[in-house]
Amino acid sequence: MAGIGSACLAVGLFTALYAAGASIYGAHRGRRAWVTSGRRAIYCLAGLMVAGTAILQAAFLRSDFSYALVAEGSSTDTPGFYKVTAMWATQDGSLLLWALLLSLFSAAVLFLTRRSLREIAPYATAVLGVVAAFFLVLMVGWENPFDTLAAPPMEGNGLNPLLRHPAMMIHPPLLYTGYVGFSIPFAFAVGALVTRRTGADWIRATRRFALVAWTFLGTGIMLGALWSYTELGWGGYWAWDPVENASLMPWLAGTAFLHSIMVQEKRGMLRIWNVSLVCGTFVLALIGTFLVRSGILDSIHAFGASTIGTQFLVFIGLVVAFSVALILARLPDLRSRAKLDSLLSREAFFLLNNLVLVGLCLVIMWGTFFPLISEALTGDKASVGPPWFERLTVPLAIVLVLLSGIGPVLAWRRVTLRGLRRVLVAPLALTLLALLALLGLTDASQSPPSLVMFCLVAFVLAAVGQEFWRGASARRTVTGEPWPRALVRLAGRNRRRYGGYLVHAGIAVLFLGVAASSAFHDQRDVRLAPGESFRTGDYTVTYRKPTARLGGDSAGTGAPISLGAVLDVKKGDQRFTLHPARNYYPTQDPSKGVVSRYFEGEANSEVDVRWGLKRDFWLAVRPDLASLDRPIREADRRFPGASNDVQAVVIAALTERYRSHPPPAAFRAIVSPLVLWIWIGGAIAVLGALIAVWPAPEARLRRVRSLYAARLGRELSRA
Amino acid sequence: MDPARKRRLRLIVALGAAAALASVLVYTSFSASTEASKPSQVRPGHAYELTGKVVNGSVSHAGDELRFRIRDRDGHRSVPVRYAGAVPDPFREGREVIVSGELRNGTFIAERDSLVTKCPSKFTKEKRRS
Repeated sequence: MAGIGSACLAVGLFTALYAAGASIYGAHRGRRAWVTSGRRAIYCLAGLMVAGTAILQAAFLRSDFSYALVAEGSSTDTPGFYKVTAMWATQDGSLLLWALLLSLFSAAVLFLTRRSLREIAPYATAVLGVVAAFFLVLMVGWENPFDTLAAPPMEGNGLNPLLRHPAMMIHPPLLYTGYVGFSIPFAFAVGALVTRRTGADWIRATRRFALVAWTFLGTGIMLGALWSYTELGWGGYWAWDPVENASLMPWLAGTAFLHSIMVQEKRGMLRIWNVSLVCGTFVLALIGTFLVRSGILDSIHAFGASTIGTQFLVFIGLVVAFSVALILARLPDLRSRAKLDSLLSREAFFLLNNLVLVGLCLVIMWGTFFPLISEALTGDKASVGPPWFERLTVPLAIVLVLLSGIGPVLAWRRVTLRGLRRVLVAPLALTLLALLALLGLTDASQSPPSLVMFCLVAFVLAAVGQEFWRGASARRTVTGEPWPRALVRLAGRNRRRYGGYLVHAGIAVLFLGVAASSAFHDQRDVRLAPGESFRTGDYTVTYRKPTARLGGDSAGTGAPISLGAVLDVKKGDQRFTLHPARNYYPTQDPSKGVVSRYFEGEANSEVDVRWGLKRDFWLAVRPDLASLDRPIREADRRFPGASNDVQAVVIAALTERYRSHPPPAAFRAIVSPLVLWIWIGGAIAVLGALIAVWPAPEARLRRVRSLYAARLGRELSRA
Repeated sequence: MDPARKRRLRLIVALGAAAALASVLVYTSFSASTEASKPSQVRPGHAYELTGKVVNGSVSHAGDELRFRIRDRDGHRSVPVRYAGAVPDPFREGREVIVSGELRNGTFIAERDSLVTKCPSKFTKEKRRS
């Protein structure tokens, strides 16, 4: 089967190159048949990638260790759920995932546009084919996921325990879907530039894809933050790590793009800016993939040095050079006729929002690549830490949230001062009220940036609420519908607009969570023996007893040993119990003894969180195994060739000893206010994006009618 | 104001803003950065980001404090490190780590929560085709 998989890749490479060549030739010579053939080659490529992925997944599920990739990233004792995800935990597997998603997206967009955009689509097909070919070249030439081993091992390495978390099952595919999705608007922008059709057609055709990509990327980032918070054992959700930044940068550029294309659609302005943004977003998406896989920057995600860093750099360089050259060559076609009428208009605020977003993106880029920049300039590989990022991004984020409240209430072209007063009085009054309430009732004034952010969140929510209220009450006066129906109909009729407002509200709520939890969280690291307690905030925490489980840890990650603790937490009348634990995974290292290899392999925290709308109580434990050192070494010496059963008995005895004679354990407790709202806000934003992306029933009807009319026209012309 | 002059003015304002942002970036990042160094390179009186491997058999706990030694990736010079705060899950003897802090009296005093461990080699790719 591995041979068939490799063949899928090789044939796929030729198919992708053929698609590119055939569609360019067809478009150039005006031969439609060649263009159609090129498009169908992309469908074929999607089929090949699906087949290849299915073969590889089947190998993972079967635990077929003759595949090098399976031996490397999975094992028989890896739970089935995680065998599926093991594919994208490896470098070759994630390249295949990229190619799969890219071919599926390409096939979808080319199918949907097969009857429109006749001029642009062939060049877009070519671009998508070339991008797919690049990933296929990487796999065929350097990182073939179907490599086999001459002597398959009995047991595989297993999936990295850190990645055994439900969020990690879907986080990488979501991120990749986001990265890949941005190649669609990029491809069509290139097509538009090549054919000098720089109107808004390419935007209308791919806007929805850009929004889908943006949604996936955003959801992926949110899930990554959730994984970091609940799995990594340090209690934060964002660390300005290079790989995190790498996913944030295309998201920010994509956000800017989604806003500025509206200006082009409505006013025909910002064309140069839009094509530059979409090229930038795509390049940033490639850089995101490159950073994860190259190990060029120090990061917890940098999975060691890679063999394909150079190839990626070359490709990124080619994409940048090609984009810049193409945009420069088409500058005369891109100049817009419309002018900015007034600085007090929606388009002016969109432009401002774009500048802030791109500024944020540049700041993050500078900070992320600073080690390389400083090495080039001074010879020292210096780096900037989270405080630097916070100092520069917090002011920009504050401006951004402010703009996200003002922008939507302004009209296109020009707003009169009277109109401005009418839309801003209520939100401003509510903001003032929120400010007074915050100053009077809470101690938010201790952190001025957070206080500003809280007020702005109130402002955005009030502005968005006012828009919904005004729209719905207008409907009510016309139709006499009750409030809920008026709201639903309003959003349903104008999905893009009200979905967008909902996204703004969601992002504001997210920032509420970020501002509160980053400024007012309370963290304690303590070492306790059973029976002892400590206080943090208003909570009293008592270490009741240790726990030790063999096989079947509570989170279902397949860890053989799980040592934990039971703690009673008390706050006023509220009492609850937490069960944090630490899972131990055996290592295959032959230099370790048969027993000690169970304790000296990977270990990772299973954090226990008491989620709450007001605040979270987060607790992690780190058992101290020093007291078991001597018995473990003794067991190694006494049972060198022990069978599995004997090993199990010995380990049971050791863990029982840990339970009956517990040494003090280290705990980390964090009380974070409003942190749950980060994910609630994220969910609201995703909901809003889904509403905005869902085709309206009228649009669907219109499309069906126009298709019918086109067919009728064809039949008539034939008759 | 005539349009050409207005356009030029706008260009100057935009370039000025970009230059201001760029200089803020350059200035703040170079003043806030820490140097990444190997154990054999650290000297007292500087903030460093120390990278290297945890020496086998050097890890011990003293109260809430973690003590270990870091050696050069490809050498034997090592420095003792005293660290408090969160220990990343993949932290082990022999692993590659990064920690920030400075050298005082021959001991590297690390900043709280600054320890980063690189993903273990078991889960990275050994070069198969060599």
